[in-house]
Amino acid sequence: MLEYYLGLFVRAVFIENMALVFFLGMCTFIAISKKIETSFGLGIAVIVVLTITVPVNNLIYQYLLADGALAWAGMPEVDLSFLGFLSYIGVIAAIVQILEMFLDKYVPVLYNALGVFLPLITVNCAILGAALFMVNRDYSFGESVVYGFGSGVGWALAIVVLAGIREKMKYSDVPEGLRGLGITFVTVGLMSLGFMSFGGISL
Amino acid sequence: MTSKEILLNPLFNNNPIGLQILGICSALAVTTKMSVALVMCIALTVVCAFSNLFISVIRNRIPSSVRIIVQMTIIASLVIVVDQVLGAVAYDLSKQLSVFVGLIITNCIVMGRAEAFAMQNPPWPSFIDGVGNGLGYSLILMLVAAVRELFGSGSMFGVEVLPLVTNGGWYSPMGLMLLPPSAFFIIGGIIWAIRAWKKDQVEESEHEIGEQTAFSKV
Repeated sequence: MLEYYLGLFVRAVFIENMALVFFLGMCTFIAISKKIETSFGLGIAVIVVLTITVPVNNLIYQYLLADGALAWAGMPEVDLSFLGFLSYIGVIAAIVQILEMFLDKYVPVLYNALGVFLPLITVNCAILGAALFMVNRDYSFGESVVYGFGSGVGWALAIVVLAGIREKMKYSDVPEGLRGLGITFVTVGLMSLGFMSFGGISL
Repeated sequence: MTSKEILLNPLFNNNPIGLQILGICSALAVTTKMSVALVMCIALTVVCAFSNLFISVIRNRIPSSVRIIVQMTIIASLVIVVDQVLGAVAYDLSKQLSVFVGLIITNCIVMGRAEAFAMQNPPWPSFIDGVGNGLGYSLILMLVAAVRELFGSGSMFGVEVLPLVTNGGWYSPMGLMLLPPSAFFIIGGIIWAIRAWKKDQVEESEHEIGEQTAFSKV
């Protein structure tokens, strides 16, 4: 059992890396990867939010939205799955807001460190993407906890690595038109190529 | 600005993907086939145009403290409509797009235009702006998809253009084009091309490279 969850975790971090294989959370991934420090803060925030939102969305899907999920309320023929998108994004926005207030009150150090990134996370595709993948693949509650944490770690790893490369690259002589955005894309492409080597691992 | 400018500006001068770095999130994964990419483009343009329109209509009634939630709800409802229509009309394509239709909700172009344009402008220009940005996104997406499908599987829109070796032709497909990294390289290349053409978009260098001091004295 433990082995299975470990396999799921490794798969979420390396083989199905959110940023480099599914291109999710790209906007923030490119925009906020100039410094290792800030990208690390953002990475941590994404891990925390993913670990909470994916299981919560899993519960909402299983007990409210899925076909026949309302059987416990005496309505077995109701299928609310078309409300999925609206509920997931609502849940994510609400949890991010609550998390922000909670951190502000009890962990001000972390709150100050995360700063503007926390509200930004609501519109990060990686968060909604993980929720949608979770529904698509029919994960159970336990699996969704591991998957949420794993995909968060994968995303954080990718952004910190990219920031490290970009910090070094500041001093290189890049052709004019490729400067900034262009060369970043090429770098991400090479990183993605590197991550593809994990694809052969079967777990 | 005239309607025409609002419509055409996002195509080259202010392209949402090329210059504003918006909306690459959900886009790249759907560019291995042109037909799938086309459906994605239409879906995004529709959502972007109508979300801009509706948000602009009620812009004076949205309290600014909850505007993000209001925008999000409007966008999510539109995406649900698009998703249901796709599921009914083009079931196979909607299966191939899988989660990426849903991800239009968090596509930064839609949110970005709602926040930056629709909140300050009357409905009609907002609608045009939505269509324009949708088209700017579609332009890049279709370019990437065309390159990837042509070189990756020798066809365009599923019609064989370069006869494959396996079918008795001469073209041996480049497998890399169908893998995720190629999309990054192609986008990087497109940005380079746009900036070589429109010089004013080139970013300032953060660090000036000095003369080669070590050899200059020799």
